[in-house]
Amino acid sequence: MNLFNIFTEIENIDADAVERINYYSRRQMFRLGAKAAAAAVPATFAAIGSAYGQGAVPTVTEVLNFALTLEYLEAEFYRMGLMAPNLIPAQDRAVFMQISKHEDAHVKLLQVALGAAAVMKPNFKFPGDAFTNYQTFMFLAKALEDTGVRAYKGQAQFLTVNKDVLTVALRIHSVEARHAAEVRRLMGIKEWPSDPNEQPTAVYAGEVNTIHGGVNVAQLVANMMPVERVREAFDEPLTKEAVLAIAGPFIG
Amino acid sequence: MKKPTSTAPGEASGLAIPTLMPVGRRLFMRYAGFTALSATAVMEACTMSDHNVPGGMVVDLGSGDFGVLNYAYALEQLEAAFYTMVIDMPYANMTPEERRILTEVRDHEIAHREFFKAALGSNAIRMLEVNFSAINFSSRDSVLQTARVFEDLGVSAYNGAGRLLTNPAFLTIAGKIVSVEARHAAVIRDLLQPKTTYFAGDDVVDPATGLDVVRSPMQVLPLAQPFIKNTISGNNLPTM
Repeated sequence: MNLFNIFTEIENIDADAVERINYYSRRQMFRLGAKAAAAAVPATFAAIGSAYGQGAVPTVTEVLNFALTLEYLEAEFYRMGLMAPNLIPAQDRAVFMQISKHEDAHVKLLQVALGAAAVMKPNFKFPGDAFTNYQTFMFLAKALEDTGVRAYKGQAQFLTVNKDVLTVALRIHSVEARHAAEVRRLMGIKEWPSDPNEQPTAVYAGEVNTIHGGVNVAQLVANMMPVERVREAFDEPLTKEAVLAIAGPFIG
Repeated sequence: MKKPTSTAPGEASGLAIPTLMPVGRRLFMRYAGFTALSATAVMEACTMSDHNVPGGMVVDLGSGDFGVLNYAYALEQLEAAFYTMVIDMPYANMTPEERRILTEVRDHEIAHREFFKAALGSNAIRMLEVNFSAINFSSRDSVLQTARVFEDLGVSAYNGAGRLLTNPAFLTIAGKIVSVEARHAAVIRDLLQPKTTYFAGDDVVDPATGLDVVRSPMQVLPLAQPFIKNTISGNNLPTM
């Protein structure tokens, strides 16, 4: 996943988006040379990416800082969305206020848990019409929530060394899933991903998997339901690298 | 009923029940749930690890990771049976959207149930007998409120069970399922109170911390028990 993919997908919703985004991107992201860009990688990335990139098992602190970064992103996204005039229709506002409340709470919780080790909030940037076009806003909300679900799911295995932290992460994970389902509902799409072509593709890559723990579930229930149901019945994890590739374009 | 006892074998011996059951019992249990004779056969044969009490045979979930997975399997059995009834006896004026959702949720729960049964293999508990006498399947409100209770209960159970698993691979699989249960919970809640805060209401998600509901097996089992004829014992499950 890169910036262009997600923006291409947004373009499918809003034909004018790309021009605005390209202008935005050139100014904000690509004016730095490669070396300068690397040097400018936010402290967040340095803190959360170092061990993982070398294939090492991340520490609990690294996992929580990774989570905190995603929560910062979500929290800012909803805060800006709720502040934007004429963006969220009145009848949908209660839903987004509730989601925003949770993301703010997650940020605070993780900051307290990490104490002095907590990463700072990065500067975020969002596609040009994220807060003027409700379809774009919902599309991004859906992508962020479903990514969040997959991110926590992928990191849970690294938290078994601290059962209390693991439980907190799981309790956040299921809240993100509630959010994802509700946003999808508002969009009028199925609440559980299963479409192999769902956009943005990187957010849903691998969601079609139907083999779990060595059990071919699709085969097991082939005479009971369409394979689509089996795809829906299991959400898939994402690695930190995959999540950072999705979230990266929003950071900088 | 043979040799009814007042304590589970694990309690009597002071030891956890071994994860692997004796072969004879294992083979027996594999088939016990699937025959018309099962009720009689089970009653006569359940003296090794199970004991009879008024109200049904005790099903011991077991110990260790398999015990935790059997705990999840029991809840999935309950949910799958419930939604199967919901679709078989739809309440009046079920909208097409409600039917779509409830049918899909039914299928997800069946997929979860069949997954656990296959994954646990010979370690799996028997098929449970459900008791839905408290549910009015002809009432939309009764059905959806029960669905809400089951889904929130499932979310809380998985959230509490994660720490009890020692194998990280099992933890990831549980994670693949719990988020789907959470999606169910949100959708059912949205059917009850559309476009409100209820999908992730303050009654289940602590507004101060943003954390979803969590329960230990000892908190979950008494809530699930009224819907299951067999007496479920989680006495040998891990507790930390």
